[in-house]
Amino acid sequence: MQELEQAVNRSVRVIPQGEGRVTIEKDLSSEEMILNMGPQHPSTHGVLRLECKTDGEVVTEAEPYLGYLHRCFEKHAEVVDYPGIVPFVDRMDYLAAMNSEFAYCIAVEKLLDVEIPRRVEFMRVIVSELNRIASHLVAIGTYAIDLGAFTPFLFCFRDREHIMSLLEWASGARMLYNYIWIGGASFDFPPGFKERTAEFVNYFRPKALELQRLLTENEIFVKRTKGIGMMPPDVAVNYGWSGPMLRGSGVEWDLRKHDPYSIYPELDFKVCVPDGKHSDIGDSLSRHLVRAYEMVESLSMIEQCLDKMPDANGFDPRSAIAKRIRPKAGEVYGRAENPRGELGFYIVSDGKSTKPVRCKARSSCFVNLSAMKELSMGQLIPDLVAIIGSIDIVLGEVDR
Amino acid sequence: MEESQGTIGQSAVVEASRAAYAIIREKFADAVSEFDANPTMPFFEILDTSRWSEIALFMRDNASLRFTYMACLSGMDYPEDAKLGIVCNLESLGEHGHRIAVKVKCDRDGGAIPSVANVWKTADWHEREAFDMYGMLFTGHPDLRRILCPEDWEGYPLRKDYEVQENYHGIKVPY
Amino acid sequence: MGLLDAKISNHNVLVTSVDNVLNWARLSSLWPMGFGLACCAIEMMATNASNYDLERFGIFPRSSPRQSDLMIVAGTVTMKMAERVIRLYEQMPEPRYVLSMGSCSNCGGPYWKHGYHVLKGVDRIIPVDVYVPGCPPRPEALIGGLMKVQELIRMEQIGISRAEALKKLEEKSFDPGIVLEHQRKSQAVS
Repeated sequence: MQELEQAVNRSVRVIPQGEGRVTIEKDLSSEEMILNMGPQHPSTHGVLRLECKTDGEVVTEAEPYLGYLHRCFEKHAEVVDYPGIVPFVDRMDYLAAMNSEFAYCIAVEKLLDVEIPRRVEFMRVIVSELNRIASHLVAIGTYAIDLGAFTPFLFCFRDREHIMSLLEWASGARMLYNYIWIGGASFDFPPGFKERTAEFVNYFRPKALELQRLLTENEIFVKRTKGIGMMPPDVAVNYGWSGPMLRGSGVEWDLRKHDPYSIYPELDFKVCVPDGKHSDIGDSLSRHLVRAYEMVESLSMIEQCLDKMPDANGFDPRSAIAKRIRPKAGEVYGRAENPRGELGFYIVSDGKSTKPVRCKARSSCFVNLSAMKELSMGQLIPDLVAIIGSIDIVLGEVDR
Repeated sequence: MEESQGTIGQSAVVEASRAAYAIIREKFADAVSEFDANPTMPFFEILDTSRWSEIALFMRDNASLRFTYMACLSGMDYPEDAKLGIVCNLESLGEHGHRIAVKVKCDRDGGAIPSVANVWKTADWHEREAFDMYGMLFTGHPDLRRILCPEDWEGYPLRKDYEVQENYHGIKVPY
Repeated sequence: MGLLDAKISNHNVLVTSVDNVLNWARLSSLWPMGFGLACCAIEMMATNASNYDLERFGIFPRSSPRQSDLMIVAGTVTMKMAERVIRLYEQMPEPRYVLSMGSCSNCGGPYWKHGYHVLKGVDRIIPVDVYVPGCPPRPEALIGGLMKVQELIRMEQIGISRAEALKKLEEKSFDPGIVLEHQRKSQAVS
């Protein structure tokens, strides 16, 4: 028997059946196949190419190839003056345009001697949190549709339309706003905006609960995302992860709390970290849960801002904006908490020109995606789709 | 934010960075430059580039420093000195809370900087991007090739003297 | 419905031309390969979703080029992506239409001057039938562009080339302002 076992190949198993009989089982021979997912693919959230080395259905390695949406943001930032960079910043992470503008303006304002009016600070936070909800809605909706659930996608986009009409009312555009300017904002809130926003907050609270019952507690969704794409917290920090990705691995780190900017120190909110009861900490379901909880936290933040905001009384949000933005010589790394993580701007100014010498955008999705190779080892191809969806990438920010 | 509160907050940050710098200076003496205590981004420069990965490992693993999180690694072009360089923003996330920036420079033509991709995995793709945009080499990088531009792109786009190529695979590039 | 020359006799026989039936069939179920690249893709998704529902026009997005007859190029085309766009266009079976959505695919958009890696307009590599301006175009604008594609399909005939159909579309196109003006005047009179 032993000689028989040793004499055969590793992929063949010899199972003794008693009475001197054996069953010989032979695996189908398999070899590694290189499969391309993308750049045009319904579930890669944009033009991302994943080169997967697969052994059957199991992926041994999936390497992302980027650059299909490289739109030369950093080159434009060196030839366009400081206020003119704001529309380009919008178009990087187009789902969270207000948050991106906020991060950029904070970075430049560190080099300027400008006092932002208090009402503008509240306006900025309200639109940023509204945009955070909108961005998470897209993240959740597209994640659901990747996994085959069509209805949550429609529900999310229906609710997102309300936010987009609010932001269109304030800024003039549905998606790429150019609203938060260096030193202020472009327009004040129109009369009635505060009341409509409060109406929206009351409308959306039960909808978030509905989404939770429809999707988050759905057995199929949980089975497809629980335990998939595990990332331990220290490896996550070493990769440079931030935002919901890092909080999904259990690290309590939110720039709004731990490196606060604007009026966030005055707001009362908690950092959403999964408790491990519904999901394994560090898997895709945890990251999804962080986003779902964050939407509800943003609602309470908006309510607090609406209460504390000073009244208009003929206020001009452009009052603190200088005619020529000429920051003093120096360099700064300014950052803010985007819905996808930490968006940072490393800006070098020479003090004489109205254009930056260097403006590097440290994008959250670029860094989050770099861990894809490690996360994908040993997963099945459908699980790969679940992992990409949980990373919530926006290729405009990855490729800039 | 109150003006005085802002400056107090800022100088506390600078002092924390200075304390961290002091530990590095003690160990590596002349391999690092003096501390630049500017209020917006305190930094120091690595003068002996060959020791950069050693210093990086020390910064990450030393118990009082614990710079576990690399926020950003940006490439830079210094045309007046004919040098290229990188600027790293490091932070001790959730532990000591201090942060610091490090600058490393190299020559423009054929210059090389040791790679820190094995110290902070963030640096892997950031160094590839710096190589793509500026052209400096990173010695010891596991996979140094262009990441954003196509593999056969000519030139290094973010250099100050970059000229766009006329044609790429038969397609006209300028407007 | 657009069956212009239909006459129904008492035996439920419809008399029309083959071109009309084919064109009606094609325009009522335009299946786009939504080639969503950047920000315009999100507006395209929003147009497909509940508020501006595109399904009521028969437009159902397909992922594969082999099963689609319209390619909506939504977003910036970069040099790296350009070759893939050509390949996808060639994979589409005829009759195929191309709608360029947004400034970036029309002419390079905000990146036209300094964007070294941006293709200045997707019409440099594939023939475009309809351009929809905007950055990003509103969903209503996209629906207007799709209706223009439907009008183009109405102009098609067996035996004429696409260029001739486009020319017919231009000639037949009119400024709706003239019709409205006329209506207003006639209402004012009466």
